[in-house]
Amino acid sequence: MDRTTDDADSESLALVVSDLVKDYGESRALKGISFSVKRGEVFGLIGPNGAGKTTALRIVSTILQITSGSVSIFGVDISRRPHDARKMLSYLPEDAGAYRNLTGEEYLRFIARFFAEDNEGVSEIVSKGVEIADLGDRMRDKVDTYSKGMTRRLLVARALMIGPKIAVLDELTSGLDVLNAQEIRKIVKETSRRGTTILLSSHNMLEVELMCDRIALINDGRIVELGTPRELKDRHGADNIEEVFTEVVS
Amino acid sequence: MKSTINILRKELREMFTRSTILPVIVIAILLVAMGNMLSGAEEQATSAPVIGLVIEDDGILAYVAFDTIFDHSVLVYNGTDVEEGLSAVTEYDGTALLRISSSFTGDILSGSPGMISIYWVMRGAGLMDSISSSAVNAVLWHVDRAISLHLIEMNASVDAGLALAPTIRSDMTIFGDKEMDGVSPGELSVVLSAQSFMVPVVIMMLIMAAGGTVISSMGMEKENKTLETLLTLPVRRSSIVTGKLVAGALIGLVMAAIYMVGFNYYMSAFSGSSAIDLEEFDLVLSPIDYVLVGLSLFITLIAALSMCMVVGTFARNYKSAQTLTMSITFLAMVPMFIVIFKDFSTLPLAGQIVLFAIPFSHPMMAMRALMFDDYGLVLGGIGYVTVFAIVMIGITVWIFRTDRLLVGRIDRKALSRRWDLTSMIRPKG
Repeated sequence: MDRTTDDADSESLALVVSDLVKDYGESRALKGISFSVKRGEVFGLIGPNGAGKTTALRIVSTILQITSGSVSIFGVDISRRPHDARKMLSYLPEDAGAYRNLTGEEYLRFIARFFAEDNEGVSEIVSKGVEIADLGDRMRDKVDTYSKGMTRRLLVARALMIGPKIAVLDELTSGLDVLNAQEIRKIVKETSRRGTTILLSSHNMLEVELMCDRIALINDGRIVELGTPRELKDRHGADNIEEVFTEVVS
Repeated sequence: MKSTINILRKELREMFTRSTILPVIVIAILLVAMGNMLSGAEEQATSAPVIGLVIEDDGILAYVAFDTIFDHSVLVYNGTDVEEGLSAVTEYDGTALLRISSSFTGDILSGSPGMISIYWVMRGAGLMDSISSSAVNAVLWHVDRAISLHLIEMNASVDAGLALAPTIRSDMTIFGDKEMDGVSPGELSVVLSAQSFMVPVVIMMLIMAAGGTVISSMGMEKENKTLETLLTLPVRRSSIVTGKLVAGALIGLVMAAIYMVGFNYYMSAFSGSSAIDLEEFDLVLSPIDYVLVGLSLFITLIAALSMCMVVGTFARNYKSAQTLTMSITFLAMVPMFIVIFKDFSTLPLAGQIVLFAIPFSHPMMAMRALMFDDYGLVLGGIGYVTVFAIVMIGITVWIFRTDRLLVGRIDRKALSRRWDLTSMIRPKG
């Protein structure tokens, strides 16, 4: 893809996944999936365990290689220019951790230094992270002492504080209680309103329905349904996404 | 009872792992190898030594000495020219040339001990390289005894002390281009043992500690689930590798300094009473030599750490990192033991190839080699380890660009896509 095409894509779409295939040895995890995500959209990938959601998110996040097909982020082919793609994205893995010997604030500062030009920029990003994490004085404690929920809040803050062009969030509220989860969803929605494109996966169908503008249902490495929550519910005569999921997967 | 057996089974499965068994097997293999080496040395010590003999005296006691030496050694030269004798001894891998002075018989019969000059041909400064000299000492003991018996039989008018110890010896050790008058290989080995022992041990510890840090760092990244985040940050893979290598190297150098201080005090207890002044025989390092030793150590540290990074990519967690650290430790232990006991030059060809191929060997050998002006070995080693380090760093960066770190395997199809002409001319992040 040349730069002219790159520029044309980047004007309308944040993410374009075309005929994406991923093999792990003899096993084919993704069997040619294609979808695109518009700028500022919240796009959800849902599917049963082992369907290929995390593989797809890891590929989009540039940490797994593509067997065949292509992925571009704001017109940048991630196979050819992974470093450029990484400047625009932020990835929150499902079971991510933080460096245990750093305090919450030190961890955010460590991440901020990769994105800011100067110390002022670093402080600005860290302040935003501290605000999102909302851990109060505990930000000055070592991550080692955090509960699972606190660590998740810190990691969500880490992912969103840099104001990425696209945030890839795997099981966003994993490990959070209902109240914390609700708050994090609000923050993500707010981030999306400010222009960040969100690609997320979740097992929580309510969360997906509440947050996503569009949903792709992935099963056995293929996208089997794609549309807005309303379209999917209408198509299957279902009251909620969970019913759609159950019908499609079974 | 059933529950106990159930727990016992579970515990055995947990404890009886590769990481438990592997170190024991490797140590057993090392012990077998060392046993073979030691039995070889014992054989060498008890077998007849290969020597040359220069007899300048035609007196009766010189003939007694000749007969005895002939009976207890493999004589490769019998003549009157020292240079020729030394050439023959060197050619036949002999240990020493003995020279019986022209006044040997006359001196003894007139009440003075007869002089036997020993020209030791030393090939290595390892602890086991001087062992063959004990076989020559045994021959000289037989010579003393034979002359004593002869003096008693002929009722020679010498005092009892001389009759029991009729000869004296003078030693000269020839090692490479250096001739050290008044020094035997044993004495030299004792003096050199401080660095023979200290340098390999400190380097082994350094590699073990710094390498372990790097491998553990990889294991911790996976165990703490921080690796995925790190790989999505806008930072070049080469920067991640460099950061980890330099951190490991700095920690390693601090550790090396601490070990050096401690070990130096420890070894000074053994070498403090030495009667040999190494400076007198030009066995000290020049400033350039120290630079070469430092360079060899630094390059090896980088090579070791980059090798540890490659190994570290196999670590699934902290525990498996510990197991993997052992593989590096053992690889450092092999040259450590060899270098302590033997010199590169005294090893068989296969041993030399193995020792040279293990990058950790080179700083272990460098100090001793430079002391005896073997610059070829040191410079060759630095060159080899540099190439080794570059290859290892290249492999590490390459692994960081593949799926290997996250999923433990490499996507070959993806790899062939990445190695097309277009991708080769573009940076890969």
